[in-house]
Amino acid sequence: MNDAQIQRLRKQYPDPLSAVMPALRIAQEQNGGWLSPDTIREVADALELTPAYCLSIASFYDQYRLEPVGRRVVEVCTNVPCALAGAQQVVEAFERELEVTAGSTREDGEYTLGTIECLGGCGWATVVAIDNRHRLRVTADDVPGIVKELRGA
Amino acid sequence: MPEHPQIVFAGTDGGAVLDIDRYRAAGGFSALAKTRAMAPDDVIAELEASGLRGRGGAFFPTGRKWAFVPKPEALPKPHYLVVNADESEPGSFKDREIMLRVPFRFLEGCLIAAHGIQSQHVFVYIRGEYEREFEILRDSLEAVRKDDLLGGVTVVVHRGAGAYICGEETALLESLEGKRGQPRTKPPFPAIAGLYAAPTAVNNVESITTVTSVFELGAAEYAKLGVENSTGTRVFSLSGDVANPGNYELPHGISMRELVYDIGGGIANGRELKAVIPGGSSTSVLTADDIDVKMDFTSLVEAGSSIGSAGVIVIDDRCCMVQLGIRVSQFYEHESCGKCTPCRVGTKWVTQILEKIEDGRAAQADLDLLLSVCDRIMGKCLCPLGDSDAIAVLSYVDRFREEFQAHIDLGRCPFDGESSLEGILAPSAMHASQGHEAAHV
Ligand SMILES: Cc1cc2nc3c(=O)[nH]c(=O)nc-3n(C[C@H](O)[C@H](O)[C@H](O)COP(=O)(O)O)c2cc1C
Repeated sequence: MNDAQIQRLRKQYPDPLSAVMPALRIAQEQNGGWLSPDTIREVADALELTPAYCLSIASFYDQYRLEPVGRRVVEVCTNVPCALAGAQQVVEAFERELEVTAGSTREDGEYTLGTIECLGGCGWATVVAIDNRHRLRVTADDVPGIVKELRGA
Repeated sequence: MPEHPQIVFAGTDGGAVLDIDRYRAAGGFSALAKTRAMAPDDVIAELEASGLRGRGGAFFPTGRKWAFVPKPEALPKPHYLVVNADESEPGSFKDREIMLRVPFRFLEGCLIAAHGIQSQHVFVYIRGEYEREFEILRDSLEAVRKDDLLGGVTVVVHRGAGAYICGEETALLESLEGKRGQPRTKPPFPAIAGLYAAPTAVNNVESITTVTSVFELGAAEYAKLGVENSTGTRVFSLSGDVANPGNYELPHGISMRELVYDIGGGIANGRELKAVIPGGSSTSVLTADDIDVKMDFTSLVEAGSSIGSAGVIVIDDRCCMVQLGIRVSQFYEHESCGKCTPCRVGTKWVTQILEKIEDGRAAQADLDLLLSVCDRIMGKCLCPLGDSDAIAVLSYVDRFREEFQAHIDLGRCPFDGESSLEGILAPSAMHASQGHEAAHV
């Protein structure tokens, strides 16, 4: 994270403390998708906060990750509207195709598969976030094609 | 499908208006010019006359909310407009489509609102999972700035990071201040001591976008749409076991039958309608017998539910209501911020008792215990997140009691593994505490 970036973030807010969320987001993006203890310390230093404070924020919000993630992250919404459309089968298809259990990262570090709370796409169920980009109306039958695409990329 | 007036999605022809010149050519930003020529008090008075009420869930009159914000002379601090774009309630996905399709009408509404409450600072708090929506807002904002329309107002789009509780307005303000998103004690209310302890109006994306529509049409014309007490249109999010799910902008007061059958194309796959959750997962379930209820604030209260965020979830006869309760309760348990004990502990208990019932391990006393736990959450916390779990689950028991009873009497789920929610999974963050197997209902 460069200093100019941080200063620009801080200036957006009357109180620089407000910059902690965007700073954590940028730091996570630049650190391969997770916040290591070192990364947390860097954010703390840049914002003149303590690492403990930054960790208390990072641990509160689901999108900050405190453990390494796979090269590609697949998250399936399993809340009610997606479940009514067959999200369970979508999860099972990803487990099969990616060879990883939902809620974990494959040993070779290629894929993280997760089930996640409502992504705000209930009318376009099942919603799957791949590296935070939403795919809509995904069915179990679509999964092999999506995984093939992920392998190629 | 009969033609219904589109005022939020006006001028889109079913698509998106992402080009500022196109928006302006169709009259965009004329409402802003009109309101900037008015005294702020007159803007608020006209909004009150329109009858516009909040679309975020509580249905509070928008004009009155703005009137609560003290005048800068009376309270000489910066004033803030905070727009709630945290949309995370299961069943609700309308704000997202508004930001995707009419970002300029939304931003115009932000500037009108800022004028109304005499604010120079707008913050839009958008949920962290909305990537495309964020990019569109960022780019649209840049176009508004280039066209010199900001009039000295700064607009900052602040991204959340995955926490439903940050939709609750005081938790949102805490989060925006760089803290954990936990609700505050009220009073003081945000109008007096909101963001950075300064006067703040918090409004939903659809409310703010509709503000533009009100001034495009004039309050009197706007108020002719909809019904008494629920003026104007509403963007209904339709999902679940319905043939044509999606967002539909319709006048308040349309019947649920028209929404589900005429517009939604009826129940998918020729199944039978069992239940409808009318206003997002936090609202009481209605049954197929309620199908003629009108979709407005008063009618839904009279039917024993609420219009909430107008997220309408349709459920057909394959669904086990105990499983539904488990998944809804898991959501609130997962999203509880942990500040208030009745919510933190109670939502977990509710899930566990429901799991016991579903697994056929429950005795009659467990059903009573479930009701008593719900009762001990209700109204006992700083915010109504835990209440939402209790309200939802109590309504499932109330409307489908024989189904809960059958689980207890049979010692198993009467759906025998055939429920549409069979095998439904909790979010993976809950797997660790429950074990992956246990997370499968
Ligand atoms: C747990 C909880 C979650 C909420 N989530 C949202 C939300 O995502 N979006 C929203 O606009 N309002 C949400 N609300 C309602 C807000 O607290 C607030 O009433 C609303 O943003 C006010 O805007 P309005 O008057 O324009 O409706 C939520 C409330 C609670 C208790």
